[in-house]
Amino acid sequence: MSWNWRAMRAIMRKDLKQVFQNKMVWLPMVIVPAILLVLFPGVAVVLPRLLDPAELEFEDLGRLLKGLPPQFQTMLRGLSVSQQFTVLMANFPFAPMFLIIPLMVSSILGADSFAGEKERKTLEGLLYTPISDTELFLAKVLIALIPAMVVNVASFVLYGLVVNLAGYHLVGRVFFPTAPWWPLVFWLGPAVSVAGLGATVLMSSKAKTFMEAQQASGMLVLPILFLMIGQLSGLFFLSVELILLIGLLVWGIGLWLIWIGSKTFSRGELIARI
Amino acid sequence: MAEAILTEGLTRHFGPKVAVNHLDLRVAQGEVFGFLGPNGAGKTTTVRLLNGVLTATAGRAFVLGYDVATDGSEIRRRTGVLTETPSLYEALTARENLLIYGDLYGVPEDKLPRRVEALLEQFGLGERADERVGSYSKGMKQRLAIARALLHEPPLLFLDEPTASLDPLAARMVWDMIQDLSHREGRTIFLCTHNLAEAQRLCDRVGVIDHGVLQAVGTPRELARQLWHGLWVEVDLHGEPPASVSEALGRLPAVLSRSVDHGKLLLEVEDEESIPEVVAAIAAAGGRIYSVTPREHTLEEIYFEIEGNSNKAEGLKGQGGR
Repeated sequence: MSWNWRAMRAIMRKDLKQVFQNKMVWLPMVIVPAILLVLFPGVAVVLPRLLDPAELEFEDLGRLLKGLPPQFQTMLRGLSVSQQFTVLMANFPFAPMFLIIPLMVSSILGADSFAGEKERKTLEGLLYTPISDTELFLAKVLIALIPAMVVNVASFVLYGLVVNLAGYHLVGRVFFPTAPWWPLVFWLGPAVSVAGLGATVLMSSKAKTFMEAQQASGMLVLPILFLMIGQLSGLFFLSVELILLIGLLVWGIGLWLIWIGSKTFSRGELIARI
Repeated sequence: MAEAILTEGLTRHFGPKVAVNHLDLRVAQGEVFGFLGPNGAGKTTTVRLLNGVLTATAGRAFVLGYDVATDGSEIRRRTGVLTETPSLYEALTARENLLIYGDLYGVPEDKLPRRVEALLEQFGLGERADERVGSYSKGMKQRLAIARALLHEPPLLFLDEPTASLDPLAARMVWDMIQDLSHREGRTIFLCTHNLAEAQRLCDRVGVIDHGVLQAVGTPRELARQLWHGLWVEVDLHGEPPASVSEALGRLPAVLSRSVDHGKLLLEVEDEESIPEVVAAIAAAGGRIYSVTPREHTLEEIYFEIEGNSNKAEGLKGQGGR
């Protein structure tokens, strides 16, 4: 079967244009990465300058240091407390927060694309076009996933640049990213996007509005917070191996949710619910 | 003439509700077919079934020779549908709406911009083509939705209430356009409407659907013949008929009934062939005839007669079921 890429591109182009016309949709996608890009470097880089080095030897930092695998402890050896604080803050405690970006972007765009179409009463016209159910579903999945990946990677690159530039004079070398960031951004991040989108697609088949559909993926923030608190409290350390393992699990769940969603995505089902 | 639409026993259930019940329908190519019926009668479900958007519970249907069960995409490539709600992207401009649908319908890329421009001009939207559709009036949106249905020059058009939100001038433009599309371009139009005057004006044949069942189908004249035994003729005698005329008409077996309506003699005769005999009898009885006009039943009269019969039948069914 050959895909009707022209039609799929038209749907994606149209969905993207609509996103840029709706502040409620694009604003959170700008604000959250912006906060992450400003707040984290601020905490990581500016705080050591403002505080006395003695004050930085707080309990949490010590606990965090103890929880690190030996290769990271080696990496931090020989650094001053301020330098250790900067490297640690930039690399470890808030890393799971970065997963919120691909989750949020894919679920917002997914909700707008699937449920928003129904809410705006534009779905019927689309269903009368020659595009097949699979092509329509795929176009809508891609328009949620591609921007999520782009924003995810762009945020990572920008964050890396900002953190390294801001902390360079203090640390004296490039200190970001450490090894776990790579699977975090390129393996677990996409998996989280897929899972968020899967949950949104499932909700969209029942939801009447964009907001209803988007709320579903809000629940997925909880495991991310758990990862962050777990790492901050020293409960576990998100090593490359652990991230790969979690990623595998999340990919499995995400793809399963998308597969279930695709089963509910048939013209007959959709038009009966209009 | 080849059929644009052919259905045999087409049926669709939604749970216990039967939305379309054993629909047998033939629509010829180039014909303007009016599909009449009250809200919830099964008109929209039929359009969805015929476009392969909904699957049938039973029966089969062919549109432009394609099977609706298996060739939905091929059918939709060749049909244009104006839905009851215009289904437009209000955050986008009229031009953007048409360009997107041009891509969806596979209008050749080199021809699309010119085609879009021509339709925008034809429907009087050229000056505001680059404004967001959300700022358009209802009538402008409807015109844009019709333009969208015509974008890929489909041989078969499904129009659901095409003039419902248009002012009289715009409605007339759409009527002219429908006639043009049918008579000059040979396209088939499947027109769902509540507007009986519109159907009378535009349709070659009509079908009346109610409670999912096709109650009657044919030209207005054929339907009138099915519903009423004879043909009505209005004879202007400039006043009440003299007794001699009444007596003469009473003796004619071709005259089925007679009455006086607004000072004119209204006769129900067996058929067209009876008219000369009736005229001769009136003249022989001393009646002075100023005009003789066969009175066609309006579509409105036909529709309400069919609807009345359908509701009576449903009522009886309901009583029988209790």
